[in-house]
Amino acid sequence: MRLLVFALLFVAASAHSQSATATDKRLSGSAFMAASTQAMQNDDTLNPGMLWVKDGEALWQKPAGASQKSCASCHAQISMKGVAARYPAFDDVLKRPITLSQRINQCRQKHSQAEPLRFESPDLLSLESFVTHQSRGMPVAPPDDQRLDSYRQQGQQRYTQRIGQLNLSCAQCHDTNAGGRLGSSQIPQAHPTGYPVYRLEWQTLGSLQRRLRNCMSGVRAEPFAYGAPELVELELHLAVRAKGMLIETPGVRP
Amino acid sequence: MARTLINAPKTAKRGDVIEIRATIGHPMETGFRPDESGKILPRNIIKKFSCRYNGELVFSAEMFSAVSANPYLAFHTLATESGTLALTWEGDNGFSQTENITLTVA
Repeated sequence: MRLLVFALLFVAASAHSQSATATDKRLSGSAFMAASTQAMQNDDTLNPGMLWVKDGEALWQKPAGASQKSCASCHAQISMKGVAARYPAFDDVLKRPITLSQRINQCRQKHSQAEPLRFESPDLLSLESFVTHQSRGMPVAPPDDQRLDSYRQQGQQRYTQRIGQLNLSCAQCHDTNAGGRLGSSQIPQAHPTGYPVYRLEWQTLGSLQRRLRNCMSGVRAEPFAYGAPELVELELHLAVRAKGMLIETPGVRP
Repeated sequence: MARTLINAPKTAKRGDVIEIRATIGHPMETGFRPDESGKILPRNIIKKFSCRYNGELVFSAEMFSAVSANPYLAFHTLATESGTLALTWEGDNGFSQTENITLTVA
């Protein structure tokens, strides 16, 4: 009997330690930053990304295109909360996944009958920041949509695919060597929770695709063009990897 | 009009030292960088920042090419009387912008 109790205790103890090791070891990029950079991100009056959020707020109200409709003509502002957490998502019309910035441009063309905004243009980044900022503090929630499965698999494959003259995959740095150093900078785990981010090195705000292209030229590969399906697939995979992590937009990164 | 982020107290007690923080959206183009075609981009920086408290200059700063984009400044002043703090940024190409903040001193 006593043996049985010990055995049960042992099982309970090992189950407990197992749940302890199963806790989430994922860390946002901000966890790898210096305290001063973290303070800059956390204080809205210091965070330069808020300049773009404010610009986006004004643009949201501004009529555009032939129909002279603004974003606000269709969307009550409150309805954008949590939207960014679900992107990239499958588009019924295009029959492929699109990012939030592509969705904004879709809306501009279809409803405002306006010219699409150029990728990485200040206006598009501002609108994207304004919409994403409304999901700050919410968990990344990739949609449970089977139509996305094959694209996610493609994205995962690309994440582990060696590319460029340096012959490195995303996973080799951001999974195997995350927390280590590349030159003087620490390698983060590549969770896209703060995008669009204000990067001090860029001295401006930039999209996740700019960051991805940056990494690609870093390993001396030919970067995919902005909006390319390959980048959207990578974004889809990154969203699944970061599922449940909290959105920080606008993030500040060194 | 450039976008600004200003953080300052709305009220203060007479004799309090108050902190004012101001960021302005500005490219601070150095005048040394080439564009994609190799041509040097013309300099476009903010050269001077000043803060006037009811007309009296309480803080000013000169800026140069080495200052990064979207410059942030924090400074202190003594709360003496209710009134307006006028923050002015001036720079190349006739850039000039003033933001007024109201301070009530009890």
